[in-house]
Amino acid sequence: MFENLSDKLDGALKRLRGQHRITEENVSDTLREVRRALLDADVHLAVVKEFIESVKAKALGETVVKSVSPGEQMVKILHDELMALMGSEQSDLLLGNRIPAVVLVAGLQGSGKTTFCAKLARHLKSKGRRPMLVAADVYRPAAIDQLKLLAGELNVPVYSGDEKNPVEIARESIDAARRLMADTVIIDTAGRLSIDEEMMREVENIKKAVKPDETLFVVDAMTGQDAVNTARAFHDRLDYEGVVLTKLDGDTRGGAALSIRQVVNKPIKFAGVGEKLDALEPFHPDRIASRILGMGDIVTLVEKAQEQIDEEEALRLERKMRKNQFTLEDFYNQIQQIKKMGPLSSVLEMIPGMGKAMRGADVSDDAFKHIEAIIQSMTPEERETPAIINASRRRRIAMGSGTTVQDVNRLLKQFNEMKKLMKRVTRGGMKNFMQDMRAQRLG
Amino acid sequence: MGFLDSLKFSRLKEGLTKTRDSIVQKVQRIVRAKRKIDAELLDEIEEILITSDVGATTSMDIIDRIRERVKSQGYEDASELMRLLREEVGAFLADEPVETDGTSILVPSVKKPYVVMIVGVNGVGKTTTVGKLAHNYKTSGYEVLIGAADTFRAAANRQLEIWADRAGVGIIQQKPGADPASVAFDTLQSAMARNVDVVLIDTAGRLHTRSNLMEELKKIKRVMSKIHAEAPHEVLLVLDATTGQNAIQQAKLFDEAVQLTGLVVTKLDGTAKGGVVIGISHEMKTPVKYIGVGEQIDDLQVFDRDAFVDALFGSLETEEDVSVEEEL
Repeated sequence: MFENLSDKLDGALKRLRGQHRITEENVSDTLREVRRALLDADVHLAVVKEFIESVKAKALGETVVKSVSPGEQMVKILHDELMALMGSEQSDLLLGNRIPAVVLVAGLQGSGKTTFCAKLARHLKSKGRRPMLVAADVYRPAAIDQLKLLAGELNVPVYSGDEKNPVEIARESIDAARRLMADTVIIDTAGRLSIDEEMMREVENIKKAVKPDETLFVVDAMTGQDAVNTARAFHDRLDYEGVVLTKLDGDTRGGAALSIRQVVNKPIKFAGVGEKLDALEPFHPDRIASRILGMGDIVTLVEKAQEQIDEEEALRLERKMRKNQFTLEDFYNQIQQIKKMGPLSSVLEMIPGMGKAMRGADVSDDAFKHIEAIIQSMTPEERETPAIINASRRRRIAMGSGTTVQDVNRLLKQFNEMKKLMKRVTRGGMKNFMQDMRAQRLG
Repeated sequence: MGFLDSLKFSRLKEGLTKTRDSIVQKVQRIVRAKRKIDAELLDEIEEILITSDVGATTSMDIIDRIRERVKSQGYEDASELMRLLREEVGAFLADEPVETDGTSILVPSVKKPYVVMIVGVNGVGKTTTVGKLAHNYKTSGYEVLIGAADTFRAAANRQLEIWADRAGVGIIQQKPGADPASVAFDTLQSAMARNVDVVLIDTAGRLHTRSNLMEELKKIKRVMSKIHAEAPHEVLLVLDATTGQNAIQQAKLFDEAVQLTGLVVTKLDGTAKGGVVIGISHEMKTPVKYIGVGEQIDDLQVFDRDAFVDALFGSLETEEDVSVEEEL
């Protein structure tokens, strides 16, 4: 059900081909597809309706550009409009000069507050601050233990008090922070339902008691239509400064992000992208637009690649590719670079169209293990000139790597095909290559 | 016997009534004002379905079927709509209720122990569900043993210990970070030695897209079948009622990995309605077995299809009910 929207639109927009303008009549099928895609992505119905109206207004009368497919042109309009709604500015945490600065974290049960608090502590610590965590969840069994364990991992102090009253715990934590020389207090509160009057009053009172610099609302990226109700209810009571979107490492489209942005007009400041404590990223509103539309997150991918891939190494490889001197040794090094970019599954998800193509395929990092083992079992000479690998060498390599001769054969065949592909790329230049790829995709 | 008390369902309905959104009120007005089933009314019904997370495709399917029946069977009066809705939505929900005798859960007679494995993504309420299930089985007169196979999340063991204590049942655990399959193995072995009736296996939350963690889940299941050929008898996927369309992906991938026998929908005491289970139930024929409507130990109820549909469309009750609600 999560096909690429631009493929779907191409179908709906076939009738646009050969027409000069996008009109009310020829665009209605398309907008129906868009509506369904956005609803499938969990954008709230009211937001979808409003959005469709504004896209319609933008699209009507646009001239169909010949060089791109109508679907692509429509996707561009949608994308631009979504980006406009999400805002392009990335918002940081604003902690002011007060010592200690106070961050209050609230949200529904199971949204990931405790994990986020620990991640935020780690993040602030890496920026040179001295955070302290406060366990103000006295209801969920072992919630305090969970925070203590996480804080222990980070070597960050925790205040939990002996009080059973979360408001008192929060109030006392400020003094405790001063005693411990901590400059930032992160208060983890219990999960609560927005309709639970007593609990909502409690978190309101915590806010009054500590006057936080930042109040953050934590919400699960997989939340459906209800996201708007919850976000609004918490906003009415807490007037929070920012939103944290958790569990974005799954395959959810995250339409809730758009709904929340529309309803409360507060920025999403962080995204949780994994269970490990370093899996916290600043939120880039423009990129969620692609994700909601199912277009992959190519920008993040490129950035990750830039971060991780050694520029000189890349240049060296490019020269070798150009001269068709790419060896198995280079291939091995390239795998190491890719592995540095994070789990393969999450890397692949960021490639447009890949989400669908790779669904069901095993993309764990183990995929590389066999390849690495096989290459490691080769002599330097064999890696340099794979042509010399004859039957007996193949047997030896298979034995040495714990694989079969068929595995070795497959790898060598794949490597040869890759070299052929590179030849095509470098001969025609990147531009031709992309056009080829697009022709294939659309064909 | 809170979990079987049908009166308790009124609490769920109460929650939904309190927070009734404007769309629903709008429909109420339309139904009363018009008294005729027409395109506009059906569109409004479709919107209720969509905003309850039923999903665009499933909602349209349901509406298409109602439209078809209205046309072919000549329904006109808006007051008949609730019955049509209940029938059509009901038809989408796989019906395979938990067996009870009215007051207690009846465990099928199998070679002991009857093993239930609980799976799901992070934060949906798996551990809480295990605690409540333990309570339900215990109060139904069965000996229960819990296996703490969430060895990943910080303090998960401690949380489960507290639940086991509240329910008054035993628990088998190992050190944090231990192999969860080995915890499951230990639990089953110990359950057989103690002649326990029901074993509940709690597992760590995992996103369905993490193939290595899904492999781990398969291993837990595989290992159990080595000591007890039929185990696990049930594999329940816990879904958070606030989850949107991603729940379908969750259900598909968990089913592929460990073959689900049922769903548990949690957090139905909030404003979310968990409509996404309609699509899942229809497409995969996986029935909803339990719903969670609160944080107390007796807040896990066996699923009642009609009551669920009623809660979804509470506002479209007969005239009489509407006026009662308005008095609230």
